[in-house]
This record gives sequence, structure tokens and C-alpha cells, in this order.
Amino acid sequence: MSGVERRSDVSPLALSDFTVVTSLGRGQAATAAALHEGRSSLARCTFDAVPFATYVGEVAGLDDVPLAGELAGFDCRNHRLAALALRQDGFAESVAAARERYGADRIGVFLGTSTSGLLQTELAYRSRDAQTGQLPPAFDYAGTHNTYSLAAFVRATLRLAGPAFVVSTACAATAKVFGSAARMIAAGVCDAAVIGGADTLCATTLYGFHALGVVSDEPCRPFDAERRGISIGEAAGFVLLERPAARHGEDTLFLLGVGESADAYHMSSPHPEGVGARLAMERALDAAALRPADIDYINLHGTATSVGDAAEDRAVADVFGTATPCSSTKGFAGHTLGASGVVEAAFCALGILHGFMPGSPHTRSVDPGFRSRYVREGGRARIDRVISNSFGFGGANCSLVLGRVA
Amino acid sequence: MMRAYVEGVGLAGPGLDGWPASLPVLSGAAEHLPAPTRVTSTALLPPNERRRAVQTVRLALAVGAEAFAAAGRNAGETATVFTSSGGDGETIHEILTVLASSNRELSPTRFHNSVHNTPAGYWGIATESRAPSSSLCCHDDSFAAGLLEAMVQATTDRRAVTLIAYDVQYPAPLSAVRPIGAPFAVALVLAPAPTAATIAGIAMTLRPRSGAASTLDVPTLEALRRSTPAARSLPLLAALVRGSTTAVTLDYLAEMALALDVTPLAGVAAETGRSEPVAG
Repeated sequence: MSGVERRSDVSPLALSDFTVVTSLGRGQAATAAALHEGRSSLARCTFDAVPFATYVGEVAGLDDVPLAGELAGFDCRNHRLAALALRQDGFAESVAAARERYGADRIGVFLGTSTSGLLQTELAYRSRDAQTGQLPPAFDYAGTHNTYSLAAFVRATLRLAGPAFVVSTACAATAKVFGSAARMIAAGVCDAAVIGGADTLCATTLYGFHALGVVSDEPCRPFDAERRGISIGEAAGFVLLERPAARHGEDTLFLLGVGESADAYHMSSPHPEGVGARLAMERALDAAALRPADIDYINLHGTATSVGDAAEDRAVADVFGTATPCSSTKGFAGHTLGASGVVEAAFCALGILHGFMPGSPHTRSVDPGFRSRYVREGGRARIDRVISNSFGFGGANCSLVLGRVA
Repeated sequence: MMRAYVEGVGLAGPGLDGWPASLPVLSGAAEHLPAPTRVTSTALLPPNERRRAVQTVRLALAVGAEAFAAAGRNAGETATVFTSSGGDGETIHEILTVLASSNRELSPTRFHNSVHNTPAGYWGIATESRAPSSSLCCHDDSFAAGLLEAMVQATTDRRAVTLIAYDVQYPAPLSAVRPIGAPFAVALVLAPAPTAATIAGIAMTLRPRSGAASTLDVPTLEALRRSTPAARSLPLLAALVRGSTTAVTLDYLAEMALALDVTPLAGVAAETGRSEPVAG
């Protein structure tokens, strides 16, 4: 590492375990295989009978796994997907072991989501009482609609009792929770944290992004000269973050730095010169005490909107020059909105662990006006340190530096 | 133990019309008259944006601007933590109503106003701030969660951070399943060290729940504290206007509490061993 002095008390934290579920599959192995093989899972949207043509990354089987028993009040598509993810990769068992080590009250739960269980409220509005206009009696606001309900559900499932909240900064939410958790651990508020989150398909986002004119009618083509907008996906991902310890072997990955910024430009459009994006990347490198040349791969936000990709290309070229390989993985499972931060952190972690760099399915020819070194075809590569970008509505930006400790 | 210093406060609630006007109400010197929450039109936004701004944005920007004016700090360089139990109720109700109808065309503006971090987005634009900003939710304990995040940022990052907490009501039918009291918003500019603008110091510990949260003696203020999540901040605000160090307990989730020692200006000066507050 370079000799740049750290600007805060936040030091590298171990990703003791992680898991992810997207339309690519359930858990690390299925996800890594699809990423390595360049296999996209985007499919024509049949969700909720939307009347416009679009492709989505829909997770199969969520209708068949209702939450029951003491968790029944949390039952909604979003928390079902979260539950599914917690069951993969032995993640819940890793958290149980951490609970034994630290105590339930010493493990924080800091999650992100954009829409939480909003689909449940959409369905409830369609079933309003014809006379009174009241919502159906079974509707559970605190368990499903409220943004915090995701963390309440995960806390209850994993039997944790430490500090918790949900960060909801649109598509940067599950990247920013890495920063919150790192600060909480540095402040001694907790010893470990379960971070990540979930976002699921709902009418609000499908119709909302369509109203903004940024939904593609074909599978999304990030950084392509003929990109036509986003494909929406759904996902859940979780990471167990803790201080480095002797039990962490050489395959352990670390959170090396987090950089956060705001665009101060527009509610739903990025700064055209990528000023906020550049600041987020610079601050993340600074926090990691790394130089741009220390980064082997950049996982772009790259949603395939016209202005978003152009702004990010400019920011990446400004910070890294034109030699560092980069790609957006949105073509694999879509833009999973609030979940995209942790999903792409997991994609990066799999690339480091299994020695591959993900490519960009559906991207045919990179925009000739772009300067960054865009990787269309992925393949075997040794990557040790990566940066992953997440940018959201309201100009919320967050970059994560992850990797091995040199 | 986390420690930070309050430099400025902004407040909007029923009968709590800005911080200076609320001081005698919170100290008990004047009666609390719960008139409807007055949302001052913020000069931070250009006139066309001001008219279109939703209630959460107007509230959050008004208290934020008031707190920064009092602190004399540059909002454009200060990190922010926004926290709300629910976001803008009117906006989400309108979207849900449209989506339940036969014509599901959404307004793009309404859609971007539906995200939880809408006030944070407008704040960044209005103050030209590219400083880090987060937007949290913790249901009834959103104020406590926001205060924890802000105190942790001030402590670990050793930088000023402003906490802006706000809550507004849902219209029917959501109001029946999530009743919220009068609209309420508060902003606290927190610095990691005392400055010339310091009005009080806060020392905070997160501890297991034992005993009850602090309450208010004035029944109308206590009712407000119980009915609007952001008004769970009122015992802390009342402590800021008291003449001596006050212990305040805020509930945080079922298992925990935030234990605060709130020390007004004179006490801060004594604590730092100087007759004048030091520049930070």
C-alpha cells in the first residue's frame, strides 16, 4: 500500500462471509458460474402485466416461499427474497457463529433498500374496501411497507439485537451501508455487522422508470453506442463484516475503503461531467490509502442510460486514465436498484476469489466517444483490488474498494 | 462514549415555530399552544422548485437552513444525515392510487419525489453540497438511529455533520394503519470539537435498555413526542435550553437506549478547561 495517511479511524474490515441471489441464481457458486461464462439472465418482462416491452432480471420461485410462523407479519416479495439469500452459502450459520463469539447485542444490522415491501402496499391499494376505502385487514405496514421492515425482518431471522437501521438512498443504498457499518465498528458501537439488503420488482419502479423514459425495450447494453436504457432486476445480498482476526485465511477479502459524495445537480439525472462520481471514487481511494494504479478492475454503475454512462465514463477516465479495465455487470441480472451496491460487491468478490473479470453481455460496440477501457468480453484474470460504483437518485454516490490485503 | 457539540438548531412543529421562538416553550417559561406546523418557505430553492417541493422537502430544508444560519457554518461542506420514519406520505399515496387505477401513467417528478432520500437530494442541490449524505429509516426510532449515525460520524470521521429528522402524516387509507401526529422536523449541526458557535455538548453512550425513555412535563409536548417519531427528539431539545447538565434517555429499538448527557455552553467551556470556546 502507498504511504498516504488515512483520514479516519476506519480500518480494513474482513468480509467474513457473503451471499447473493439474483436472477443469475442462488448463492455464490451459481452466480460465479454465470458471471464467468458471460451468461445473462435478463428475460422479457411478464411481471404484473406491464403494458410496455422491457426485460427484467426476475428471481424465480418467490411466489412459492411465503414467510410463516412468527415471521408471517413480514411476508412480502422483498423479505421473501431476503430470506432466500440468508439461506444460501451457509450465511445464516456464519452469523450464528459470530453471535456466539460476540453476543447478539454486539452485531449490527445495517441494510439498504429502495422500495422495501412496497409491492405489498400496491396490492393492498388494489384491494381497498369499495365502501370505506380502507386497506385489507391483513396488510402489515410495519412488517412490509416501512423502509425499516427489511432490517427488522433480518434481525428477527438471525436473532440479532445490536444497533440497526436501513439506509435508503435509492440505488446507492447497499453500497453506503458498508460505510455505516465500518464507522459503527470503528466507534465501538458493535463488533461485527450484517450488511447488504434487498430490492424487488414492483409496479412503482417499473412504471416510474418508464415514465422517466429510461427503461430499455431490449436487454440493457451498458456503455454501448446504441444503449437504450435500463433493465430492472431484483436481488438480495448480505455480507458479514468484522475486524480482521486470526481465523481469516488468505482467501479472506477486505473492505479497504468507502467514498461517499453528493452530486448537488439534479434529482434523477447525474452530473453530466461526473463530478459527484469522481469525488466518490477519489474519496474511496483516499480512505483505502491506495493510488488509482493499485486498482485492477472497476465495476461500473453503468445502467445503460445515455447520460449516466457518459458521465461515469468521464469520471472514470479522469480518475484512472484509460488503462484500468472496467465493466458494468447490469447486463447479467439487470439494475437491482437499492440492492445493486451489495450485489456488485459480491460480483467483485467472486471475481477476486475465482480469478475472473466479468464482462458485459449485450454490449456489442462500446460508445466510440468513451475513453475508459471497457471490458466487453470477460475472462480469466487475477484481480486483487477492485472499486465498485453505485450512484442513485438525489445524486447519492458511493464507491467501495474491496480486495486482498497486500 | 461519543461526544459532539451542538452549533445550531432548526425546529418546525405544532406551536414550535423555529428554534428561538421555541426556547421559552421548551424551558417551560411560555405555554405550548399546538397550532398547525408552519412550514416556512425556504429561500434555498428557486421559486419554481419551491412551489413544487413536497412537504418533507420543505420541512427538511427549512430546519436545515435555520440550523446552519445559527451555526454560521458552510452547508456546502458539511456532511448530512437525514432520517425519517416514512418519507413523503402524500407522494406515495398518489403513486399507489394511480397504480391501482386503470391508467397507470406515473408522473416522473412524483416518482423521483417518492425516494426516501428526496429531501437529501434537494438539500444537496440547494446548498451545492457534495459532502457525504445518508438517509435513514428506523420506523419509530428513526430519530435515535439518525442521532447514532451522526454522533458516530462526528467521532470517527472527526468532521461536522448535520442531522435532519422529519416526519409528516400519511393521507387515508395509509393513515389508518400508520397514524402519525403533527408534522415535525428538527436539525442539529454537530461538530467534533467546541467552536465559537457551540451552544451545548452531547456525550452519548449506546447501552442496553433499562428503565424508561425521558418524557416531557408539558402534556401537549409529551403527546407530540409519542405521536410523531421525529418528535422523540424533544427531550434532547428541552435539555439544550436548560441551565445545567441534563441526562436524557432515548429508546432505540426494543433492546437499547441512547444515554445522553447534555451540557449547555457554560459547562462546555469548563469541560474544555478554557474560559472561551476554542475554535475547531
